[in-house]
Amino acid sequence: MMFIRAYVFFLGVLATLFLGWAALTFIPGIQIKEVKPLPGLKPYTEQELRGRAIYIREGCVYCHSQQTRPDGFGVDQRRGWGRPSVPGDYVYDRPHLLGTMRTGPDLFNIGARQPSEDWHLIHLYNPRATSPGSIMPPYPWLFEEAEEAPEEFYRMQGKRVVPVPEQFRPEGKVVIATQEALDLVAYLLSLNHTYPVKAEKR
Amino acid sequence: MKSDHSIPGTEEAPELSYRILSDTSSSAPVIVFFTSAVVWLLVGTVFGLIASFKFNFPDWLGNIPALTFGRVRPAHLNSVIYGWASLGIAGLYVWLTARLCQTEVHWRRLLYISAILWNAGVLYGVVSILGGHSQGIEWLEFPKGAQTLIAMASVLLSLSILRTFYGRRVKHIYVSLWYILASVIWFPILYVIANLPFYSGVTQAAVNWWYAHNILTVWVTPAGLAAAYYFIPKVIGRPIHSYYLSLLGFWSFALFYNWNGIHHLIGGPLPTWLISVSIVASVLMFIPVITVAINHHLTMVGHFGKLRYSPTLRFVVFGAMCYTAVSFQGSIQALRSFNEITHFTHYTVGHAHLGLYAFFTMSIFGAIYYIMPRLTKWEWPYPVLIKFHFWLVALGITLYVISMTVGGFIQGLYMNDPSRPFMDSVQVTKPYLMARSIAGVVILIGHLFFIYLFYLMIKRKGVKRLTPPWYEKAEEYAR
Repeated sequence: MMFIRAYVFFLGVLATLFLGWAALTFIPGIQIKEVKPLPGLKPYTEQELRGRAIYIREGCVYCHSQQTRPDGFGVDQRRGWGRPSVPGDYVYDRPHLLGTMRTGPDLFNIGARQPSEDWHLIHLYNPRATSPGSIMPPYPWLFEEAEEAPEEFYRMQGKRVVPVPEQFRPEGKVVIATQEALDLVAYLLSLNHTYPVKAEKR
Repeated sequence: MKSDHSIPGTEEAPELSYRILSDTSSSAPVIVFFTSAVVWLLVGTVFGLIASFKFNFPDWLGNIPALTFGRVRPAHLNSVIYGWASLGIAGLYVWLTARLCQTEVHWRRLLYISAILWNAGVLYGVVSILGGHSQGIEWLEFPKGAQTLIAMASVLLSLSILRTFYGRRVKHIYVSLWYILASVIWFPILYVIANLPFYSGVTQAAVNWWYAHNILTVWVTPAGLAAAYYFIPKVIGRPIHSYYLSLLGFWSFALFYNWNGIHHLIGGPLPTWLISVSIVASVLMFIPVITVAINHHLTMVGHFGKLRYSPTLRFVVFGAMCYTAVSFQGSIQALRSFNEITHFTHYTVGHAHLGLYAFFTMSIFGAIYYIMPRLTKWEWPYPVLIKFHFWLVALGITLYVISMTVGGFIQGLYMNDPSRPFMDSVQVTKPYLMARSIAGVVILIGHLFFIYLFYLMIKRKGVKRLTPPWYEKAEEYAR
């Protein structure tokens, strides 16, 4: 009797976990698997993927979501953050970066909202240079500092000088973007999901 | 049932000999688990505090890549979940299983290997995150190697516990043991399923949050409840109020809780039915929670005075009450109208700490206060420090949860007001984020008292006491 009860207990315990797994991940997985990439969605380029890896490395996901909500649930639409996102928008996302926090704004369409490469570079070097009051961390290790010289001088060497306002950079220095910074910005600019979507069921 | 290992002087009371037997055999592995848990508690607290101060002073330590917010935050989460919580749970489960099965701990060697692998996994994982090698999935940031170590460690732990259960000398399986057995079966399966490399896009988000919520279902909450079910009746000396409520509580918990996870993605790009199912399950959580709350309350009723005389009871009852609070909060938070405001805000962070700290961590503190003297044969040397520990962490976490709850709610209102620029929702949280950092400092100081006491216990140092803390007062109370 004692052993039968123990077996029933263990079976019950396994069954509850299995049920939850089947309902919440397996069945929706099948449903979502049929989702095709949307016609306007481009696969990431190699550079964008490198930038995406930096986005992951620096933990951007802990403060920025990449999912826009429909009207009637939050005001993402009225903020101009773009149409509600659908599963077809994420077909190339691995790992997913939906995020569950908005200490900073949503980035699902940041490439469309803020298409300036300069802005993003300055912002990553020191967020307060572009956005007073921001509490975002700076990422100085994505940049190099070099002796002040005309931009032309660095451009000749294939280096990208970032137009950081004087009060935000060390005296007598200019800020040069590393490849990593350029990759990350390329990824951010690729976050542009403004292509149309047929009224798709979510 | 016959005692195989009669200890002289206990012939008349075989249960007493079993108790000595189980405590003696569990002593070494449990001390190993608890000690490493406490080390991770300190590490995790420091990471948490650094992350918190970064909100207040975003340029502080701003040029050290390893200490940027986006790395320190997951380092905090992973060291407290897989380090402090998991190793604390392992210690609690080993000790409690032996006690409740009235037998010695079987396959102890597996436990030592488990402890080594577990610590190695967490260390490797945390260092990887700080070094920039995160997998980028919340709660599953550790690289594959670290995850493999932890998966192996958890299987070894489960094997030892199931073997000990198989060698039990009791007929009746106490409710704490239900939670433990379910937990040690669920956790390795869940952990392995969530780490399979098959997922991408929105499916991965579903698996991600199914897992992240379920680690509470299968691992953290059962441990807290097992502790409450064991220590409350034990300390006040009366049985749990109702066996049938326990039964209902357990099975409704097992059924509903692991359907909750997708409520983390309300409003997101997932099938609506899926989100609705999770919301319904989250509301159904009222059943197990109310059941457990009634059961514990009716057990405690008339005995609340004893809170003053038992550190264990104080911590565990605080934890049990917060379990009710956090579960109610969680169910309400899953409702669409409420979630619309609190989603994406610090409110969720407050909720997480109400659960993982005010409920779980406080319960484990209570358990450690009870268990350690029985393993080291040494009483807690300075009861006044226990008092400091309790009040500092109790006040600290209260301030923490209030500031994040209020601040997060206002943040959500601002975020949902299109006439305000988004930046307003950042600015308005600043004083609350500062209050949170202060709360974190208070909690850290509390932890330092606890860690000092714990160190004295292991070394059997400090004042030699013959009775448990506040025993004199308890005797007075009994008269």
